[in-house]
Amino acid sequence: MKPAPFRYADPGSLDEALDVLVAEGAGAKVLAGGQSLIPLLSMRLAAPATLVDINRVPDLDTVEATGDGVRVGALVRHVGLLHDAAAARVQPLLARATANVAHPAIRNRGTTVGSIAHADPSGEMTAVLALTGGSVTVATPSGRSTVGWRDLFVGPLETSVHGPAIVVDAFFPALPPRSGTAFAEISRRKGDYAVCGAGVVVTLSENGTVSAVRASYLSVGLVPEVYDLTDAVNGQAADSADWAAAGELARTLVDPDGDLHASADYRRLLVGVLTERTLAEAAAEAVLRSAA
Amino acid sequence: MTSVDTERSITVTVNGVPREATLPVRRLLSDALRHDLGLTGTHVGCEHGVCGACTVLVDGQPMRSCLVLAVQVDGASVTTVEGLARDDHQGGQVLHPVQETFRECHALQCGFCTPGFLVTIAAGLEARDKAAEITEEEVDEIVGGNLCRCTGYANIKKAVRHAAAAMRPTGADHTGHFGGGDGAW
Ligand SMILES: Cc1cc2nc3c(=O)[nH]c(=O)nc-3n(C[C@H](O)[C@H](O)[C@H](O)COP(=O)(O)OP(=O)(O)OC[C@H]3O[C@@H](n4cnc5c(N)ncnc54)[C@H](O)[C@@H]3O)c2cc1C
Ligand code: FES
Ligand code: FES
Repeated sequence: MKPAPFRYADPGSLDEALDVLVAEGAGAKVLAGGQSLIPLLSMRLAAPATLVDINRVPDLDTVEATGDGVRVGALVRHVGLLHDAAAARVQPLLARATANVAHPAIRNRGTTVGSIAHADPSGEMTAVLALTGGSVTVATPSGRSTVGWRDLFVGPLETSVHGPAIVVDAFFPALPPRSGTAFAEISRRKGDYAVCGAGVVVTLSENGTVSAVRASYLSVGLVPEVYDLTDAVNGQAADSADWAAAGELARTLVDPDGDLHASADYRRLLVGVLTERTLAEAAAEAVLRSAA
Repeated sequence: MTSVDTERSITVTVNGVPREATLPVRRLLSDALRHDLGLTGTHVGCEHGVCGACTVLVDGQPMRSCLVLAVQVDGASVTTVEGLARDDHQGGQVLHPVQETFRECHALQCGFCTPGFLVTIAAGLEARDKAAEITEEEVDEIVGGNLCRCTGYANIKKAVRHAAAAMRPTGADHTGHFGGGDGAW
C-alpha cells in the first residue's frame, strides 16, 4: 500500500507546469488534491513516472460567479465551492451536489475540477457538469481550448484530455429563469460514493406549467448522461404534475450496471424513486423562483 | 527550470516544533510522521482515505495524512493527536476537552481509530459556533467520515456532545458535568 517510486515537481506557474509535462513525456501525471490519485498510487492501480503537482500554481483558486454562470478554478477545494454563496445563487446545484462529495477531511483537499478530470461516473460533479451543460478550459503548450462535457467524458475514469494538458477551470452555466433544481443520493455511509444519485432541473413556462424536465444520474452508466423527461409531464401544473410518471419514464431510459454494491435492477428502482422525489422538490423551487 | 526530484528535504512545523526531514518524494505524510519523525500517535488503517484513522491538521484543516505526500507539507504546520493537549505551564499538560470526554464517556475500546476521531472532532468543534448547542446533524457530519470497529459510535457521539458543551464560552452546560469551559481551545 505504498506508491511506486516516481519523480516529483511542484512548478510555480502554469507555463512551467506545462513545460515539465512536456519534458517528462507520456509518463507524467497532474496531481491536484490527490484524493483520488494518491489512493490509486498506493493501491498500485496507477504508477506514473512523474507527478506534476499544480498546488503552487497561482490564480487557480478562485470561484467566479456572474449572470452567465460559475467558473471554478482548478485549485478550488470542494469545501470552497460548498460555502460559496454567490455561486449557490447563480447555480444552486453546485452547493447541493458538493455537500454529498466525500467527507469533510477529503473536501478540505480534493478539488471540484480534479473530480471532473477524474471522470468517475459515480462522482457528483461530473453529473452536475453534464446536467448544467457545462464545459472545461484546457491549457496546453499551444494555447487554451474549451471542451464541452459531451466531448470531455470518454469512458469511466477517462476524458479526452491527453498529453501535456491541464484543466484550468470548469464552467457551470447559470440556472435558467423560472427553473428549480434538486439533488439526492443513496449511499451506504454519508460521504461515500453513491449507490445511485439524481440531479434534476425543472423549468416552467410563463403560465406556470411544466415546460422542461432534465435529469442526470450517478453510478448509472459509464459516462454522465442527461435525460429529457419532459414528455411525461409536459404542460401539467407545477404543483400537481405526475412526477411518478416521470420517474417511470426515467427507469425505462437508463441502463445501469450491477456490481458489488447494488444490482442493476435495484439501481433502476432507485432511479425511479429519486427522480420522483427530486422533481417535486425542484418544481416547488421553480414556482418560488418564478414568483420572485 | 523547475526541479524534478526523487528525494527532497522539507521543513515542517509539527505540533509547534520545526522539524526537518530528507525523504523520498513518494513518502506519504502518515509514514513520514510515524517513521521519519517518530510520532506514532497517528494511526494508519486503510491507507486509501476511507477510515479516517490517519487524520491530522494541516494548517488547521483536518486532512487524511495517507492522502497527502510529505513533500507537499513543506513549510506548512501539522498538528497530530500528540499536539492536542495543552501545556499547563506547571510542567504538565491539560487534555483537550474531547480527550477528556472520550475518557469519561468510554468512547474508545481498542483505541485504533481514536487518534483520527480526536483530531477530526477537535477541528470540527473548533470550526463551529461554540456558543450554540450542538445538533445531532452536526455531530453526524463531524464524525461521519471516521470508522470505528469496536464502539458502535454511540459513546463517541456522546463524547462529542459533552466536549461541545465543555467548549461553550459561557460555561452553559446541559450535562452538569463538563461546565465552565472558557472557550479558549
Ligand atoms: C473516502 C473517499 C470518499 C470519496 N467520496 C467521493 C464522493 O462521494 N464523490 C466524489 O465525487 N468524489 C469522492 N471522492 C474523491 C474526491 O472527490 C476527489 O477529491 C476527486 O475525485 C479528485 O479531485 P482531486 O483534486 O483530489 O484530484 P487528484 O486525485 O489529484 O486527481 C485525480 C485525477 O484527475 C487528474 N487531474 C486532477 N486535476 C487536474 C487538472 N487540473 N488538470 C488535468 N488533470 C487533472 C489527475 O491527473 C488524476 O488522474 C472520495 C475520495 C475518498 C478518498
Ligand atoms: S489510513 Fe488514512 S484514511 Fe484510513
Ligand atoms: S475503538 Fe477499536 S476501532 Fe474504534
